[in-house]
Amino acid sequence: MADRARLRGPEPVTVELSINHRTRILEIEPRTSLLDALREQLDLTGSKKGCDQGTCGACTVWVDGRRVLACLTLAITCEGREITTIEGFSDGRRMNAMQRSFIKHDAFQCGYCTPGQVMSAVALLDEGHASSDAEIAE
Amino acid sequence: MADSVTRTRTDLSSVTQDGVGTSPRRPDGTLKVTGEFAYSSDMWMEDMLWGMTLRSPHPHARIHGIDTTEALKLPGVHAVLTHEDVPGEKLYGLELRDQPVLAFDKVRYKGEAVAVVAADHPETARRALDRITVDYEVLEPVSDGRRAAFDEHCPRVHEEGSLPVHEEYNQKGNLVRYQPVRTGSFADGTPVSRLRAQAGAVVRTEYEVGMQDQAFLGPESGMAVPAEDGGVDLYVATQWLHVDQGQIAPALGLPDEKVRLTLAGVGGAFGAREDLSMQIHACMLALRTGRPVKVVYNREESFVGHVHRHPAKMRFEHGARSDGTLLYATLEIILDGGAYASSTPAVVGVASSLGIGPYEVPNVAVDAYGVYTNNPPCGAMRGFGAVQACFGYESQMDKLAEKLGMHPVELRIKNAMAQGSKIITGQVVDMPLPMAEMLRRARDMPMPPARDELPDPSDLRTLPGGVANTSHGEGVVRGVGYGVGLKNICYSEGFDDYSTARVRMEAIGGEPSVMVHTAAAEVGQGLVTIKGQIARTELGVERVTVHPSDTRVGSAGSSSASRQSYMTGGAVKLACEAVRERVFALARERGLVGAGHSDELLSLTGGKVVSETDGVLASLADLLGSDAVEETREFHHRTTRPLDPLHGQGASHTQFAMCVHRAVVDVDVDLGLVKVVALDAVQDVGKVLHPQQLAGQIQGGATQGLGLALMEEIQVEESVIRNPSFTDYLIPTILDTPPMRIEVLERPDPNAPYGLRGAGEPPTLSSTPAIVAAVRDATGRDLTHAPVRPEDIVGIDV
Repeated sequence: MADRARLRGPEPVTVELSINHRTRILEIEPRTSLLDALREQLDLTGSKKGCDQGTCGACTVWVDGRRVLACLTLAITCEGREITTIEGFSDGRRMNAMQRSFIKHDAFQCGYCTPGQVMSAVALLDEGHASSDAEIAE
Repeated sequence: MADSVTRTRTDLSSVTQDGVGTSPRRPDGTLKVTGEFAYSSDMWMEDMLWGMTLRSPHPHARIHGIDTTEALKLPGVHAVLTHEDVPGEKLYGLELRDQPVLAFDKVRYKGEAVAVVAADHPETARRALDRITVDYEVLEPVSDGRRAAFDEHCPRVHEEGSLPVHEEYNQKGNLVRYQPVRTGSFADGTPVSRLRAQAGAVVRTEYEVGMQDQAFLGPESGMAVPAEDGGVDLYVATQWLHVDQGQIAPALGLPDEKVRLTLAGVGGAFGAREDLSMQIHACMLALRTGRPVKVVYNREESFVGHVHRHPAKMRFEHGARSDGTLLYATLEIILDGGAYASSTPAVVGVASSLGIGPYEVPNVAVDAYGVYTNNPPCGAMRGFGAVQACFGYESQMDKLAEKLGMHPVELRIKNAMAQGSKIITGQVVDMPLPMAEMLRRARDMPMPPARDELPDPSDLRTLPGGVANTSHGEGVVRGVGYGVGLKNICYSEGFDDYSTARVRMEAIGGEPSVMVHTAAAEVGQGLVTIKGQIARTELGVERVTVHPSDTRVGSAGSSSASRQSYMTGGAVKLACEAVRERVFALARERGLVGAGHSDELLSLTGGKVVSETDGVLASLADLLGSDAVEETREFHHRTTRPLDPLHGQGASHTQFAMCVHRAVVDVDVDLGLVKVVALDAVQDVGKVLHPQQLAGQIQGGATQGLGLALMEEIQVEESVIRNPSFTDYLIPTILDTPPMRIEVLERPDPNAPYGLRGAGEPPTLSSTPAIVAAVRDATGRDLTHAPVRPEDIVGIDV
């Protein structure tokens, strides 16, 4: 994948991404991060830019079901993979149990990093790392 | 979280659901968990441009020229603006107008805005910044706050005569404000030596509090849209729309009504959005280009894009009689305000008036200085001047207790203020202040299990550092510490920070509904929830909508000083009462209320007009028909007074609030790591409006105090920030945050709506000294610097 990236650019190139089960065609520079592609090209602003260097987690999305930090991931490296963002997470009208739980427990204030937390929390459960408070914290 | 709140008094007899005292869900909650909530950085318009800022690379330099020619030649660049393009006033500021919209003549801190660019792509804008040439003559920066305060040969950060004059601030040299307080024999000029001679124990220490960042997650951002009337519409994340408007409009040379602000989604604030950041720049670019302009700071830029908590250097001396009764205190507090004043004068006002905290001390001398330096500007942050002093006076209490062989709680109770006490400004605490009881409650809360009582003490996750711990706990020692903080609520010193609310009741689809409109900023504290609750309680209507906050209604004041529940809550309550009176009058007009019925017997409940004697008189939907009842009201708190500039006397504060913390820590003295095991609080909030959101405020405030105790410090060397990222500036995460037990008292303040007391800041005061005291207890080290650094706590034999 890295080889293919090296062969393209630096001028904008065509990149085909599958995001929330929809195919999207973009004209972007190969060095564009997945986060910038989502937010600035595709109007998917649910993933947030907090630190832009992989420390805060507000940009967490899934690539092939695994958690990744969209600010540290090049969009072009996600070709041929399935990207899931917070927008594709609930089925349009009904919220997921995790989202309902965040609301019920008032688990946010300004909410800026909440989409990233929700994406991370659900993946944590799926990965089987949520058996105790201590394990969740780690 | 709400499960951990122990209520000591309940009066939740409200009939209408989701009113005051209950925990309805946040009205903006669904949008926030689904990613649809539009934060200021999420806005987008078809033909918008991106604005970007050129910043000074030097903390102090003279500007001999700015050349924008090459930048303007770059395709895609639509405007490059400097100070010459500022249409109106070239200076702005919260309290003193001393900060250039764009630098001219000089730059006074590293990161100061020098020029702004609008381009069709952020990368183009960035490249344009690289093509601007600025001719700087680098000057030596003033980096030391103490030197700025006392050295008369220290260079001036602002040229003499260039600043607005406020005689009451005792301005001189680089002093933004000097505020002394003198009580007891210090008021007569008695030297401290005479009191020292009478004391059984004297403690004298120098403390330092580091520069803390608010570290909100959503960086500064907004969008300015030019309007057909020559004005501009600005969508921005801020804490006070009207004070922004009052600074932006003069800079643009426009009347206020042509600069219309709407609150965009706010990703946290904590004081950092009180000052302007990108507001004027975006408006200038939009007006020049005739196109919408969006500006979004990145994280590194954000570290210089907003003010920080003032770092403090403090010399405290306390003397007590042998029985522990406090005899005197002398405090010198130097607050480094950086290059521009921001809210430094008010921070000095708080630090001086609350400098000795909630203790009865008959003889006090305080000297509080706010200074200009070439360091990054400092201003508002949660706790505002009270946080720094609290670290000092609470550390002093612990040292005195140790010297006198007393328990730290015992010493505090012996000298505790209560209702009727006078603080050092002569102001009487004319509201409940159950400090002694709160301390006892904090002391008596259940302790977390000792390390050897844990199910598996060898589980690395229970150790300081977690699984990263490499020592397996041989050097882990435990400590316990207490902290108490006294905070003023609402603005002080004669400032009339009123709030305005417009409330409209009408029947929609046969159902009574209420709309609440204010200009108050929802920054995550949950004010939108509280406004709805108050309307439901006052008007007996469950369907309440909260109108977006904008400048089309009167000012709400700032979302700071823990004041919005009090002030905007008070305004909503007043406006609702006015609507209710009109509804009763309408019912009388229609002959639905008997002549003998006074309004006192009437209420609005469950969407109906109800009489205490005759039951339901009418449904609101029927009564209103197609009419709407609308009222707008301003709410003002009681008048406060400035401090006199000589002795610091005057009833300067609106309300006092207090939190008590008990911290339990484990310290690994081999590795220099601290784990906070428990951080339990007792807070009096007068009246709980929303138990769940309150728990979030207390726990969040305590966590921000934990950050200041153990990890958060902006490292400034030679006036340059060395750690402007979340990799190098650490804030507490889930791994650093212990379970927090909370006990809430409700002793109503007779002056406040519902008896409530502002709740957001007090926990931020008390948690820092409690944690540092616990680390001291564990290590025996002096620990005079907050945050505690690893090198402060290693090399100890256990």
